[in-house]
Amino acid sequence: MGIKNIKETEFRDNETLDLFKQSGGNILLTTLDAVMDWGRSNSIWPLTFATSCCGIEMMATGASRHDFSRFGIEVYRASPRQADMIVVAGTIVNKMAPVLKRLYDQMSDPKYVIAMGACAVSGGPFFYNTYHVIRGVDHVIPVDVYVPGCPPRPEALLYGIMQLQRKIKLESLSNPRKTVELI
Amino acid sequence: MDKEALKERILGLIPDAEFQENKQFLTFIIPPAKIHDLAVTLKTEADLAFDYLFCLSGVDMVKFLEVVYHLESTTLRHQLVLKVRTADRENGTVDTVCDIWHTAEFHEREVYDLMGIRFANHPDLRRLFLEEGWIGHPLRKDYVDEVNIVEL
Repeated sequence: MGIKNIKETEFRDNETLDLFKQSGGNILLTTLDAVMDWGRSNSIWPLTFATSCCGIEMMATGASRHDFSRFGIEVYRASPRQADMIVVAGTIVNKMAPVLKRLYDQMSDPKYVIAMGACAVSGGPFFYNTYHVIRGVDHVIPVDVYVPGCPPRPEALLYGIMQLQRKIKLESLSNPRKTVELI
Repeated sequence: MDKEALKERILGLIPDAEFQENKQFLTFIIPPAKIHDLAVTLKTEADLAFDYLFCLSGVDMVKFLEVVYHLESTTLRHQLVLKVRTADRENGTVDTVCDIWHTAEFHEREVYDLMGIRFANHPDLRRLFLEEGWIGHPLRKDYVDEVNIVEL
């Protein structure tokens, strides 16, 4: 199984995104939106941020075999002020949560969050019998795309990133938060 | 030094050390009062020369708390495990070895933080991972946290 085996129709089938498409707007703005979103979605710069083993898969996704710069996720930024996206790759413990929140706050709009792996999605293997793990990073920052897996393969992260790109492509200048309101 | 010779040597130093069967490591249970003196001897004697403490851990065995020292000589290539037990769960105290192996300073802080074993004469015995003001020691078997822990 790989990302190549997913049929185009299945990849396009997403009820939430269909909801976004019912946006309307005038011709000038929608054209401008299309150009802007095209540019924005194809140059998402991620923040260098990884807290455990998902980080290794994220690095593998950036390395030559999977190479997510093919999709414009070109370059890891070491400063949150230059980053568009944060991939929360790994367990977030109580002590890390305020740090993550601050990093997110320091990123400039528009900013996106991918929760990668079971720990970031729900606490995963650390849900039970732990005293210090945040059970899902959405308790701390809003999440755009959830990528399940423990850890997810690079193909899964690529799939998540491509879903995020589709989401970005539905944004509008006239109402940048429309996607949020529709949900 | 091979295992048999080392065993005789240690028993010669500490006659009341209790030998424990272990396939990988030569293991002894040492009375708490003697650990510091023994550690100095192990480090300084030329035929022992244990210059490397490669692990220091704390264990909660319910009936008692235990500190485990993994030692190695990088020159003579032999290894040794020492265990020290304390039955006092409230104020269980073991002498520090961080004046002998400096690496023990952080290891002992970690053991104190998570298991609640105190180390006498430690220069800076604070919590290492958890915040100041944390109540309890979370890796103990009897640790209870109604708010954060979801029991399976």
